[in-house]
Amino acid sequence: MQKQNLVVIGNGMAGARAVEEILARGGAEQFEICMFGDEPYGNYNRILLSNVLNGSQSESEIYLNPLDWYRENGITLHAGVQADSILRKSKCVLGCDGTIEAYDKLIVATGSRSHIPPISGLTLENRQYKPGLFVFRTLEDCREIAEYARERGRAAVIGGGLLGLEAARGLQNFGVAVDVIHLGPHLMGQQLDAPAGAILKASIEKLGIGIHLSRNTTAVLGEDRVTGLAFDDGTTLAYDMVVIATGITPNAEIAKRCGLKVERAIVVDDHMRSVDDPDVYAVGECAQHDGRVYGLVSPLWEQAKVLADQITGRNPGAEYHGSKIATKLKVMGIEMASLGVPEPQDERDEIVQFTEPKKGTYKKLIIRDGRLTGGILLGDIGKAAYLMQAFDRGTPLPEDRLALLFDIGAPAKKLSLEDMAADAQICNCNGVSKGAIVGCVKSGKRSPKAVMDATRAGTGCGSCKSAITELVEWACGGEVEEDPSVHYYVPGVPLTKPELIRACREQNLKSVSAVFEALAGGIEDAASKPGLASLLNTIWPGEYEDQRDARFINDRVHANIQKDGTFSVIPQIPGGVTSPAQLRRIADTAEKYQVPMVKLTGGQRIDLLGVKKEDLPKMWRDLDMPSGYAYAKRYRTCKSCVGTEFCRFGVGDSTSLAIKIERELQGLDSPAKLKLATAGCPRNCSEAMVKDAGAVAVEGGKWEIYVGGAAGAHVRKGDLLCVVDSHEAVIQYIGRFIQYYRENAKYLERTYGFVQRIGIEKIRAVVVEDSEGIAARLDEELLKASAAYRDPWKEAFLPATPNQFASLLPVIQ
Amino acid sequence: MTDTTTEIMVGPVDEIPLGEGRTFVVGDERVAVFRTRSGQLFAVQAECPHKRGPLADGLLGGTMLICPLHSWKFDLRSGDALMGDCGLRTYAVRVDESGQIVVSV
Ligand code: SRM
Ligand SMILES: Cc1cc2nc3c(=O)[nH]c(=O)nc-3n(C[C@H](O)[C@H](O)[C@H](O)COP(=O)(O)OP(=O)(O)OC[C@H]3O[C@@H](n4cnc5c(N)ncnc54)[C@H](O)[C@@H]3O)c2cc1C
Ligand code: SF4
Ligand code: FES
Repeated sequence: MQKQNLVVIGNGMAGARAVEEILARGGAEQFEICMFGDEPYGNYNRILLSNVLNGSQSESEIYLNPLDWYRENGITLHAGVQADSILRKSKCVLGCDGTIEAYDKLIVATGSRSHIPPISGLTLENRQYKPGLFVFRTLEDCREIAEYARERGRAAVIGGGLLGLEAARGLQNFGVAVDVIHLGPHLMGQQLDAPAGAILKASIEKLGIGIHLSRNTTAVLGEDRVTGLAFDDGTTLAYDMVVIATGITPNAEIAKRCGLKVERAIVVDDHMRSVDDPDVYAVGECAQHDGRVYGLVSPLWEQAKVLADQITGRNPGAEYHGSKIATKLKVMGIEMASLGVPEPQDERDEIVQFTEPKKGTYKKLIIRDGRLTGGILLGDIGKAAYLMQAFDRGTPLPEDRLALLFDIGAPAKKLSLEDMAADAQICNCNGVSKGAIVGCVKSGKRSPKAVMDATRAGTGCGSCKSAITELVEWACGGEVEEDPSVHYYVPGVPLTKPELIRACREQNLKSVSAVFEALAGGIEDAASKPGLASLLNTIWPGEYEDQRDARFINDRVHANIQKDGTFSVIPQIPGGVTSPAQLRRIADTAEKYQVPMVKLTGGQRIDLLGVKKEDLPKMWRDLDMPSGYAYAKRYRTCKSCVGTEFCRFGVGDSTSLAIKIERELQGLDSPAKLKLATAGCPRNCSEAMVKDAGAVAVEGGKWEIYVGGAAGAHVRKGDLLCVVDSHEAVIQYIGRFIQYYRENAKYLERTYGFVQRIGIEKIRAVVVEDSEGIAARLDEELLKASAAYRDPWKEAFLPATPNQFASLLPVIQ
Repeated sequence: MTDTTTEIMVGPVDEIPLGEGRTFVVGDERVAVFRTRSGQLFAVQAECPHKRGPLADGLLGGTMLICPLHSWKFDLRSGDALMGDCGLRTYAVRVDESGQIVVSV
């Protein structure tokens, strides 16, 4: 069959995606594809321009389709060539450089450009923009802004929408003082209502950005370059540069000139086809469907799919029926989710609302007939995944409205992965569904990274990465393993944790290099070393052959490395209880070594920060206190409240329990950090319910033991393991739980992940009821491990390797 | 411009434990010298091109080095970045008859 010519005008996010979708449907067999792209490169992720401007990503990181991609797929790309006109009678497209391309089918994907409001003084006499005036749409804009911004004093961004705020944040990066000038009465009018806008304003002002609301800019001041802005109230403000971000104007002129119907943009039908010409399609921001033009990417992905189904004839029934806009956005590091409309549309609409301005949190849901029609989450978007799905699918909401906004009480009622519908969207930047991810895993991609590479899920703003990881793990689990590497304990040794333990025991492997030699074909993998060292130490307490190069630097010098290569010193302070003499010693040492910062930590100890490597052993000697292990994947600390010692509410002696626990567990290595706490009563001042293990005293001389709690990167209330009636019993059960965790957790898996994965019932059965008959062995192993404890700071007197604490070696000549 | 290289003796090879690195001042430059478990020596610039992490404090496995601060990865043989945007400057290094490390800068 003779191939047809497919010409695409516009090589941006929608155009390139449409072509990808066409190729995915076997379109390469049907079409000879040719693309015109105004910009002189392959397609890049426009969303990430904000990151390029603020310096968190480099230009090279944001390409979606580099030039090679076009070559590999046999696509002719006229990069840097603007399409000038479409000749519909003779069915060809003329490029500005004289290129002529004939088409059988044409796709217009010209996107949009920055909207320029009617302001005077924008241009010089030669009709060029005044130096210092910019828009923010392309990589080129980004570069120009960056270049000009260096060494400027004050910048203004006109427009307080998503784009304007991102531009403002980017500008801050260059050290300029930034103001945002907004016409409307509150920020982000499209997504937020007035109270949310006000909270966002306060949060942004805290970042040092000025916000001027209800300000109508009338003129850009300056003779030969920007010097300021004038407003309709007669006032002026001085600025060295101005970025205009007041919305977008679809690039539809080329379509209009050839007689296609254009209103706000090119009018298309449910097949994404121009209403005037069956051979011409339009997609992206230049297309208008059912009266709406979309300015975010997820609708474009849906459009591209329908277009591809239609143009290739793969699915003649495919139709586009508009998109419900539910997106997660990150503006200046502030998380928000916006669903549909920000305001009620009708008297029937029910509003559920929560405000906590001090914390920058705002939640509002608009509900009609028991279904979500709109909403805003600002500051805390914990419930966003569930709400976005309910909104998207129009599922009826549960009666308990409060539970819609918050996770109340113990284990979060998370929508389980199993229950989630296959078409639920996981990645909202690239529009990847649960079904697509699971399908990809089934096709053999069994690591989150491989799945992300293949589906592009997680490659936009990145906020869904953890959800993807969970989903991939879930989809991999319990099935025949085609690609077992996701289950290896460490990437460089092809064995799961139980297999690895067995092999080490059977072959008597006691050092990291022996493991590589025997189990990995002699190939050392740097990233696998610390995990192996940790495991071997657990398997061979006291016998493990320590190789210092297998340790992360923190564990080589027993201190935590800082951003400038210095280290921190945190001595042990069991239970947070110290003494004037100890404080004096710490103070003297800090003074003697000119420690740049002395700080009380969140773990009830004292942190001496910014210490030179060569000073570490000297300071340890002067301090004469054991290491607090604040740098290692080990037992860290057991916080305590004052308990019965002094507190009028205390019902249990929490401080001496914490001190005993620390004696028992100090220095114990484990798959990840272990942070414990004890509390003298259920008021729980030491936060024992959100610790890896915690003991809370209750009336009647009893202690409740909680495990798997967290309040760091994740927040999880610990599960109640058991209730006991003595310090000794607390120590025994916590110790046994920890040993079970040490033997069975994956490397770097905190107890909050472990307990959730194994389930508290199973853990309780093993640890409390001894269902597997291993309790005595666990106790004994732990005892052995704790007997092997040796304060690493003693290496101050006897370094373990040559030049262990030297940061720079002098030359001997 | 023609580069002239000078050989500078920096110290005995056993100053560097197997599988680790140490930083030396060589002429006007700071150089990180690594000694792999199999006994090979490599010399590269001392600071990470990302945010100046001290590379001698990194994790070494075979000829792959991981920066201690944000885990950029490098191949010490070529200096190429295996993960990260930018590679490392490498220096010729050898051990002489008397067991001294000699770096060419
Ligand atoms: C110093 C301290 C902050 C402070 O000024 O108070 C601190 C400082 C660091 N924390 Fe932390 N965390 C400190 C208490 C906490 C706490 C609160 C606590 O321990 O009660 C938490 C929440 C509890 C928890 O661990 O979940 C906490 C959760 C984290 C996390 C998130 C872990 C997670 O999986 O949720 C990290 C990142 C990690 O481990 O990968 C982290 C990582 C870090 C690191 C080690 C980052 C790094 O690799 O350099 C910081 C080292 C600073 C240094 O050089 O000393 N820090 N960090 C606190 C030291 C406590 C201590 O005495 O040991
Ligand atoms: C800084 C920034 C941040 C953003 N952040 C987000 C976000 O967080 N979330 C979100 O969903 N959306 C975001 N967006 C919006 C998103 O980028 C757009 O919705 C999307 O890029 C639109 O795709 P498109 O293909 O229709 O247009 P474009 O990506 O603009 O592509 C159109 C292309 O066509 C070219 N072109 C135009 N006319 C011609 C011609 N005549 N001949 C040849 N080529 C032509 C243009 O040069 C351009 O390369 C952001 C946009 C910007 C600028
Ligand atoms: S929260 Fe912890 S890890 Fe983050 S900057 Fe503070 S100390 Fe460092
Ligand atoms: S400084 Fe080396 S990776 Fe960041």
